[in-house]
Amino acid sequence: MIALDNIAMRLGAFALDSVSFTVPDSCYAVLMGKTGSGKTSILEAICGLRPITGGTIHINNQPIHTLDPAQRGVAYVPQDGALFRTMTARQQIAMPMRIRGWSRAETNARMNQLADMVGITNLLERKPARLSGGERQRVALTRALAFRPRVVCLDEPFSALDEPTREEMYRVIEALRDHTPFTALHVTHSSVEARRLAESLYYLDDGCVHKTKAIPTTPTTPTPNHTPKHTPHTPTETDRCEYPLNT
Amino acid sequence: MSPTPTPDTPTKPINDRAAARVGSRRNALFFASLGALTAAYVLLLVAMIVAMLSFTSPDNLASVFADHNIRYAALLSLITCTISAILSVLIAVPTGYLLARFNFPGKQAIDMIVDIPIVLPPLVVGIALLILFQTIPGRWFESHAFEVTYMIPGVILAQFTVACAFAIRTMRVAFEQIDPRHEAVARTLGCSRASAFLRVTLPEAWPGVVAAFTIAWARALGEFGPVLVFAGATRMRTEVLPTTVYLEFSLGNLDNALAVSILMLLVAVAVLGITRTIGLRSLRQMEPTR
Repeated sequence: MIALDNIAMRLGAFALDSVSFTVPDSCYAVLMGKTGSGKTSILEAICGLRPITGGTIHINNQPIHTLDPAQRGVAYVPQDGALFRTMTARQQIAMPMRIRGWSRAETNARMNQLADMVGITNLLERKPARLSGGERQRVALTRALAFRPRVVCLDEPFSALDEPTREEMYRVIEALRDHTPFTALHVTHSSVEARRLAESLYYLDDGCVHKTKAIPTTPTTPTPNHTPKHTPHTPTETDRCEYPLNT
Repeated sequence: MSPTPTPDTPTKPINDRAAARVGSRRNALFFASLGALTAAYVLLLVAMIVAMLSFTSPDNLASVFADHNIRYAALLSLITCTISAILSVLIAVPTGYLLARFNFPGKQAIDMIVDIPIVLPPLVVGIALLILFQTIPGRWFESHAFEVTYMIPGVILAQFTVACAFAIRTMRVAFEQIDPRHEAVARTLGCSRASAFLRVTLPEAWPGVVAAFTIAWARALGEFGPVLVFAGATRMRTEVLPTTVYLEFSLGNLDNALAVSILMLLVAVAVLGITRTIGLRSLRQMEPTR
């Protein structure tokens, strides 16, 4: 579970103040909003890459806002994947597991399992320069999930991809979630993407995060081979939709 | 680019051949200007090298290189330049990274100070170093550690002082060109700041490190003013190749001065060629192939 409680941060010329919302455990949440409204900053604050000036961030009821990014257990997938240019896909995916002291056997087992699910087994020895846009995002997603993070933050991860590749990526995410549900906060401008992936949909408007009441459940592009195992999330009392105190 | 027709303003039919002729003439003029200006400078450099080579003979070169004084100067130049370049890179990597990535109080001042050796006349750098080692801390260092002034460490310090400034500038640009999000992602994956720097940023900056080393080395090889003032020009002691050129020229031995200049030219071209090849190879591995 991700819980942001009255967080505040400065973003150059303007500031976000009293932002609060909760993403339930194992829920795939999508956050939308206008360009420049602060969506990426909220993701960066959860990851620990942007300092907050007030409020608290909890993950699974543990405060994480004072922790270093390395200690938060939050994985981050930015727009272009941000793959490390000097490492092969195998080295990138192994890195978070090896840093955490996983044995070589554990690392290889996890890597092979994920690579098979995501469809990158034949790409593992390639460096990013020899990967296409979709392949890069697959590797970035695999790298993010490799160490079994508590939360995955995705910042417009498919915005640079063409429609068929996006569709492939939606299937990859659905397959991964069918295997092991994970808590995710996914920022996008695409309503198609939101409808397709969101179990909870949030909208950032004027510095306030609203949770929509009706979550679209029908994908706009049907995938005949895929039947979602997870049911769309039904809002509960723990899903707060809070507003700034002065409104 | 051809104008896009709109419903309100239909494009006027144009004479395609005439337009193409005017366009190609303009392009030819543009490329001719670029080529002429580039050629003027390249010709000047090539003419200088050809003139140098035409004023000496292989026999003269052989006899000069057989001179043990000049062989000592060449060896000292190679050793001191390499040490200066390594020291410059060791300082330039953290300083360039600090200036490229972080904002902190006094950053502007530090940025300006590290540029001083670039804008200061080289002779003044030598005088400043000489004075520094006449101060109480400077004298204390020489009496308790090792002698620097008019000794080989003085040659290295004089070369390093100037070369390092160029290496810092190069490294700063190299780090600025690397996407900081790579480091940010590495930190979310479990790396500390130091680990993210060593595992991700520094390997990506490797072509920059090679470039910084090359520039520092080449700069150190040509350093004359500070070395002359701070380390002197004593034969078989602190004499490096630029000092040899100066000494031979002062004594009226133009042939020897020319031969040593050609030696410096050959060494510089070889080092530039090797380091550029290494840098380009690592850069090519990181760039997209398509």
